[in-house]
Amino acid sequence: MSLRVSYSPNYYSLDDILATQERVPCKVALTIQKMGHLNPSVAERDLQPGTSLELPLWLVSELSQSRAPLVNPELPKIYREAYREILKADACAVDLHKFSLFFYELGSHIKRFDKKQDVHETLLHTFRTRFRQLMDLADNSMSDPTVQQTLDILERKLFNDAYKARMKLNTWLKDSNTTIEAANMVINHKKRKRMNIEDLL
Amino acid sequence: MYGENGYTLIKELARSEDNLPPYNAELVTHISREIKKIYDENQIDAQQSINENIEASILNTIRVRNAVTKRNVRCLMAYHFNRLKCLRTMRWEFGSILPADIKSNLSTAEIEWFSKYSRLLANYMRSIGEDGVNLSIDLKPPKALYIEVQCLVDYGKFDLNDGTTLLLKKDSRHYLPRNECEELIRQGVFKHII
Repeated sequence: MSLRVSYSPNYYSLDDILATQERVPCKVALTIQKMGHLNPSVAERDLQPGTSLELPLWLVSELSQSRAPLVNPELPKIYREAYREILKADACAVDLHKFSLFFYELGSHIKRFDKKQDVHETLLHTFRTRFRQLMDLADNSMSDPTVQQTLDILERKLFNDAYKARMKLNTWLKDSNTTIEAANMVINHKKRKRMNIEDLL
Repeated sequence: MYGENGYTLIKELARSEDNLPPYNAELVTHISREIKKIYDENQIDAQQSINENIEASILNTIRVRNAVTKRNVRCLMAYHFNRLKCLRTMRWEFGSILPADIKSNLSTAEIEWFSKYSRLLANYMRSIGEDGVNLSIDLKPPKALYIEVQCLVDYGKFDLNDGTTLLLKKDSRHYLPRNECEELIRQGVFKHII
């Protein structure tokens, strides 16, 4: 069971909520009264046009989508030309986790701010290139336990699912006489309890 | 900064996979109060702009506040919805009685919801077929009627359907009808031995 089922239009998705909290640089286009506190660097009452500041993505996408956008969003650093070039060169060599924990999730929101569709292309390209490696890792992950640290959250989920499926297949191939096991949550709950007792001692 | 509380709430929930953190009533009331406050501010400004016919740029402020409200509502909804989803899985994994330390993490409304869900599920299982079907057993295809199990904890007395009473002690082994002990295996009392 996982709490974190995510795809973009899912209103209840925890991952999506976390991803949309990331800050995006943008420029104010119209005067916004009484909202000076959104920009912590100056102490003014109103937000003046032309001010550059960073706002959470949820606010930016809300304010930039209409006929009279209040703010003009810019691309975050990791989706700009320089970083796109790195990904184009060799996506597999990149530590995506360091780029952003929600690289794809965030990218799928960000790509709307990019009229030329370059971000869209990069996301697809990156995923396609890395996917083969990801599946390889999931099937033979015994070799290196640190691989997970270079994956973003979507890849990590795929990796875990693939790994579990692989393990299930392995046990099934070995013997089809399946034992009844304690429920997942019960096992985890017990482990946690044991840890608490050790804390007390 | 707007929406920071909601983010904290969601982060707290997302961090704990497979178990529920204590219900954060304090933060929930905090956010509800923020929603109310922003709503009131909006209403005052909207009223003013109608009365005094001032420049339309106050509308921009209202838009910002509206976005904040939507975000806050989303955080609250997602928090409660995901907790309930986890709780529903717990009904299937732990059975109808939750361990005390899990129960202490729930709000009163959630405990009530859980018992209602349990009752609904029980009623549904009773309504299938002539004498009802227990949906929480035979999750894996059964191969034999009897299985050997090892007891993992001092459980106490356990009544079988044929009337005999067993005393379940730690590390004792039993040969039992599969359908009667499967639930205890799922709850971690028994271990299935092949």
